Amino acid sequence: MLQGHFDIQLIAIVTAVACALPGVFLVLRRMTLMSDAISHAILPGIVLAFFLTESLSSPLLILAAAGTGVLTVFLVELLQRTKLVKEDAAIGLTFPALFSVGVILISRFAGNVHLDMDAVLLGELAYAPLNKLKAFGYDLGPVSLYVMGAILVLNLVFILLFYKELKLATFDASLAATLGFAPALIHYGLMTLVSITTVGAFDAVGSILVVALIAGPPATAYLMTDRLSRMLILSAIIGSVNAVSGYWLASLFDVSIAGAIATTTLLIFGLVFVLIPNRGIIAIARRQARQKWEFAQTMLAIHLFNHEGLPEAEAESAIADLHEHLSWDPTFTNQVVKHALNNQYVSRKETQLALTEHGRTIAQQALVQ
Amino acid sequence: MENLSILIHLDYTLMVVAIGAALLGTVSGALGTYAVLRRQSLLGDAISHAALPGIAIAFLLTGSKAPLILVLGAAIAGWLGTLLILSIVRLTRIKYDSALGLVLSTFFGFGLVLHTLIQRTGNANQAGLDTFLFGQAATILERDVLTIAILGGVALMIMLVFWKELKLLVFDEGFAASIGLPTRTLDILLTSLLVMAIVLGLQAVGAVLMSAMLVAPAVAARQWTNRLRLMVFLAGCFGALAGVSGTIISSTASRIPTGPTIVLCATVVVGISITFAPNRGLVWDRIRHQRNRRDLKTATGRLLK
Repeated sequence: MLQGHFDIQLIAIVTAVACALPGVFLVLRRMTLMSDAISHAILPGIVLAFFLTESLSSPLLILAAAGTGVLTVFLVELLQRTKLVKEDAAIGLTFPALFSVGVILISRFAGNVHLDMDAVLLGELAYAPLNKLKAFGYDLGPVSLYVMGAILVLNLVFILLFYKELKLATFDASLAATLGFAPALIHYGLMTLVSITTVGAFDAVGSILVVALIAGPPATAYLMTDRLSRMLILSAIIGSVNAVSGYWLASLFDVSIAGAIATTTLLIFGLVFVLIPNRGIIAIARRQARQKWEFAQTMLAIHLFNHEGLPEAEAESAIADLHEHLSWDPTFTNQVVKHALNNQYVSRKETQLALTEHGRTIAQQALVQ
Repeated sequence: MENLSILIHLDYTLMVVAIGAALLGTVSGALGTYAVLRRQSLLGDAISHAALPGIAIAFLLTGSKAPLILVLGAAIAGWLGTLLILSIVRLTRIKYDSALGLVLSTFFGFGLVLHTLIQRTGNANQAGLDTFLFGQAATILERDVLTIAILGGVALMIMLVFWKELKLLVFDEGFAASIGLPTRTLDILLTSLLVMAIVLGLQAVGAVLMSAMLVAPAVAARQWTNRLRLMVFLAGCFGALAGVSGTIISSTASRIPTGPTIVLCATVVVGISITFAPNRGLVWDRIRHQRNRRDLKTATGRLLK
């Protein structure tokens, strides 16, 4: 049993990292939904290959599915190129159509062969270690570990070899084209990789949750860093953390492992989304609150500065009437005055406010800007 | 004459299913028009997947399998998912596509967790999830048709009442905001209508294929006209056509599931529209191209003479 625990987690981690790496580029290139489309649209490819080989773990299956994945990308782009259909609609048309073909094929002809729709769509990680690779009578470990391990290595090699090209094509496609880097080639290379990864991840997590593994960790990492290299490493780490914590959540409550991994993906994204310094919701809310007070104090300083030394200055700087001059709510005005006094923008002379030296500089700077 | 007799002898269940599919096609086609025009074609996909945890929670809380309660749960979850997508896009630099993919898959995953939890307690049937994923048009009953007709009718009615406002929102959101229309509220209204159409359609075509029912009729309708009014009307008609023809085709042979057949019918309508629609269609484009070439040739020929 312990071996089972270990095997499942190892497969989950390898799958998560293998998905997260190309996922980074999809997220940055705004093509995440292509992975959704591919993961659904490869169904007819898998079904046809399954009819030929009558086995779910044949390498032909992966090739056929990857081929269908690239075909999907090609079809989407073909539709787009007619200029009659926008990209999102092209995706929304292509994958349901291909998927429908797959479903019809299965229910029409697969009645007497074993091809479980649930397994294809949802996957079941718990069974993954049971399918062992055996050679010369030795047990070499689960097959899916080898498959996903090979895909992970493939992804790593592709990204390391073409790191510069991928980076350039992602952030400035036209410069990449000008310099002769063939962005179309890189694009199709990436899409082939995504197709292969998606198919490989099928066994483990099924076609819908693959998207969680591909989009989740990179989206989370995107909130945490500005550097591509760090985003890649962070995505891999977050993917692994999601996989392991999802696995333990699943065994704690005895629920679907793939579903639990998707759930932890959402939870960890949510945590980062709320808490991360600078870009999180809390940080945004605090910054907006601070900016509101700063802006109000600056407005007050400008108001006082405009009337300073003029005959109406006395009337304009009476604390009791300030809210009328600035058309603010009285309580809000009082708070602003309090803040401004604390920050020494202004000083109080009985019922009047006067700018301090600091407040005057602030007002002058604001006016110059 | 023979065709007519087939129509008359259509068996009653099939007729109910066909009417249900036609109504669903009309509602999702008409409302999908707005999603396609706003480039939110895949929002339907997200909403339909995000609905799963809602269905599971509704069942866990009430212990009932009454369609209306489950539909309500699905609607709330789908709506929350959409809200999360919109706030991620508004508050962070994560783009629309990533936010959508993230919410779609993780909500669905959470729904799957709840589903296995329910299964373990042993009072749900295995068929539940399959029905959600692929729909079960064959199980549409008279009372479902009535529900679809009433709720779908309400959704279409709301769309007609806010016609002018929604039109402005779709084509020029900035202008709509500048003349004082509450664009955020309208956005939420439109999303809610979409959620309604999707949740109704889940029973017939299921979560995976629901997006096609929103997108395909609208894309087909777009090829024939430049006017919103006509486009909504045509999309509704195409949706109904796909619904009816899909139901009938799938009934002619055994083991052809209805949902996917409806989707393929809708796809065929798109294919025909893209190829043959006047002015925009590929055939017309080709003809125009050749005519221009010929004209240019004769013109240059005359010039060089």
